[in-house]
Amino acid sequence: MKDADFQLFPDAASTVASRVDALFWFLTFLTMVLSLLIAGLIVYFSVKYRRSSTADRTPYRADTRLELIWIIGPLPILFYIFFWSATLFFELRRPPADSMQVAVVARQWMWKFQHPSGKREIDVLHVPIHRPVQLTMISQDVIHSFYVPAFRVKQDVLPGRYTTVWFEPDKVGEYHLFCAEYCGTNHSRMVGRIVVMSQADYEAWLSNDTGQPPQVAGMQLFEKFRCASCHGSSPSPRYAGERDGVRGFELSEPGIQRGPPLAGIFGRDIPLVDGRTVTADEAYLRESILRPQAKLVAGFPPIMPSYEGQLSEENILELIAHIKSLQAEGGTPP
Amino acid sequence: MTMVVDEPLAPITAPRAENYLNVDYRVRSWLLTRDHKRIGILYLFGITFFFCIGGASAVLFRLELMTPEGDLFQSETYNRLFTLHGVMMVFFFLIPAIPAVLGNFLVPLMVGARDLAFPLLNLLSWYLFMIAGIVTVWVMLAGGVDTGWTFYTPYSSTYANTYVMATAVAIFINGFSSILTGLNIIVTVHKLRAPGMTWFRLPLFIWSHYATSLIFILGTPVIAVTLLLVALERGLGVGIFDPALGGDPVLFQHLFWFYSHPAVYIMVLPAFGVISELIATFSRNRIYGYRFIAFASLAIAVLGFLVWGHHMFVSGQSTYAGLVFSILSLLIAVPSAIKVFNWTATLYKGRLLFATPLLYALGFIGLFTIGGLTGLFLAATAVDVHVHDTYFVVAHFHYIMVGGTVMAYLGGIHYWWPKITGRMYAESWARFSAILVFVGFNLTFFPQFVLGYLGMPRRYHVYAEEFQMLNVMSSAGASILGVGYLFPICYLIWSLRYGAKAPANPWGATGLEWQTVSPPLTENFAEIPLVTGPPYDHPESALLPDDHE
Repeated sequence: MKDADFQLFPDAASTVASRVDALFWFLTFLTMVLSLLIAGLIVYFSVKYRRSSTADRTPYRADTRLELIWIIGPLPILFYIFFWSATLFFELRRPPADSMQVAVVARQWMWKFQHPSGKREIDVLHVPIHRPVQLTMISQDVIHSFYVPAFRVKQDVLPGRYTTVWFEPDKVGEYHLFCAEYCGTNHSRMVGRIVVMSQADYEAWLSNDTGQPPQVAGMQLFEKFRCASCHGSSPSPRYAGERDGVRGFELSEPGIQRGPPLAGIFGRDIPLVDGRTVTADEAYLRESILRPQAKLVAGFPPIMPSYEGQLSEENILELIAHIKSLQAEGGTPP
Repeated sequence: MTMVVDEPLAPITAPRAENYLNVDYRVRSWLLTRDHKRIGILYLFGITFFFCIGGASAVLFRLELMTPEGDLFQSETYNRLFTLHGVMMVFFFLIPAIPAVLGNFLVPLMVGARDLAFPLLNLLSWYLFMIAGIVTVWVMLAGGVDTGWTFYTPYSSTYANTYVMATAVAIFINGFSSILTGLNIIVTVHKLRAPGMTWFRLPLFIWSHYATSLIFILGTPVIAVTLLLVALERGLGVGIFDPALGGDPVLFQHLFWFYSHPAVYIMVLPAFGVISELIATFSRNRIYGYRFIAFASLAIAVLGFLVWGHHMFVSGQSTYAGLVFSILSLLIAVPSAIKVFNWTATLYKGRLLFATPLLYALGFIGLFTIGGLTGLFLAATAVDVHVHDTYFVVAHFHYIMVGGTVMAYLGGIHYWWPKITGRMYAESWARFSAILVFVGFNLTFFPQFVLGYLGMPRRYHVYAEEFQMLNVMSSAGASILGVGYLFPICYLIWSLRYGAKAPANPWGATGLEWQTVSPPLTENFAEIPLVTGPPYDHPESALLPDDHE
């Protein structure tokens, strides 16, 4: 791809690329037709009605029907563009459930990736072809933006909050990764490569791997920080799910359990002390680790200390991976 | 538009006829003037100076972008250059250019008033503008600012170690200048119209300035508050935008674009007004669909406040919010299309005189059409995901801001030059440089659409090799564009001494400003005119007036 000095069409290497292009070229066609129409009229009138010409200038009145044509005429086209782009936009925003999960931590001025196997990379991401890949991304400092032109995907990477993006590569090769949100001095050097490999090559590439899966690293952190002393996943008390319209925890020994048990908690709706409920997703787990008092689970005392400053973004992602892996003990999520 | 004034068209030919320019030559008579025409000229000096600084920084970074490597500047310098370009051009040229120079000069003349409603406030707004601009120039000399004109947090509030505070203060001060100008125009249009000057007899220049002024006074306080919040976080560590302090970085973008998208219309609406005047005069026709153009300006001013989220489709904003902003942004194409079609229809059966102002106006329609239609790409969510923050966006808004606003501004300066200075400019030089600007502009910015579609992000100091060819084309175009801008500065200054004396109405135009002498008297009109007819009432117009006139 990089040997060409000059090109007019970007590489298209993901399942959505050609579909985004179809809309792009439709809009280009529309732009050309309308621009040529206006330019053509201007040139035609300019020649015909130049001051020295004797063209017919019989007086006439403005026609309101003409106004209505150019007010109402564009509406169907605009709605057509809206629905076409909205359909694609939903697709870009909804990762398939079986996506391979990659964690991304961005900082001035580098990209850090971690594969499900635990293998880490900097500024280069190897992915297998024909497999949806979902990135869970967070920044350590300012806003960055993950942009792979060949995949037609872009998503800002925020500090303090997870964002996600997904793509399914369908062409083997190496593609640009750019930071698209201005992030300071070396913004234009915050670039990297996405290497799309065949499934077999990817497996081989992974096999000389010395990393450990994030949920395993997370378990070690879980033990190191003695999280289990409060969040122990003993069979009781346990998350009771929804029963008789009441959601909550069933405490067989009230007063002993100091924090909500975590087995099976991921993806559940959790009742809070203030009566609201919250879905225990990545954002909520992250917040509860760093600012435990922000959204307290009903039935538990506000005793958890903050772990802000003690955990890197990578550590937090590993802990979340560990909590996700605890599903089996607490039953499958709804 | 008919007038009841003694000998309305006769220029005063007495050897030493008094006008607003020769009434007093002392410096203090300029610096303490309350004459809206003199203040317009003071603004003209200010914005021309700031335009030259913004332009010079563009020359430097276009030179750097001739090669993919960073061989001319350090990245620190490059980032300061594009920030300087953006801040100067947006806040100190595009926003004030037409309203504060042409608007200041023409609004009272066009409505038949002796001055704006609050002359002293008008002078104050010029001083605020100059103080703000000079602080920004000082920032540049002291070391610059590197956040981009968008000041995204938490980079601007926590991480940047350049002169963010000083720049924010400058823009904050400049905002008051905008608010005062807007206030002055609104009150003038409401209260100081000449007898018989009903709303639907107002020139479209006035309608578009009225719409612009609404945005000035409603939108500008929001950017002032936003920058104040950035300053609070940066100076006092109050957590508003930086998540490390408990803030939300995306909140800044909502607040910033709530002003800065309407600000785009602040920059282009006055241009619409200029174009309506130019097209009517040089086609000797009434404006086709006058009321539709007038209301389209108001529709744009209102709708413009509801589309800010289209800058944020990939910012982490919710998908559903994105869809609402998408459809609203697409709908704003309708009032824009109304204008383009009506201007084009005005040419029909006209008597077109291809003087320089009309060349700029026709160029404007073509470039604005392309700029507007490429806006559809950015309103279409899924396509925006790809081209957002790339050169496609850069090309798009330069088609609107430069292809649109700057072309209209130059067209307007040429058109009203005889009225402002009492001298005619050199027509053949002016036509030549109008064509140069048009060609140079397209060569500069069209390749950037392709660059953006290929995926080149904006604000990149170094870039991938395959983007070089298009960047070289763009830089070559910029050099032509630069020459096209230098010519008018030269021949317009030349005309002040050597240009032919201008009659009261050299173009055979209909507005009230042409019914007084060139240059006008300090009090504008010897006697306040009485308006008895519709606007653009050219006797030879093939388009007949509406029934309700």
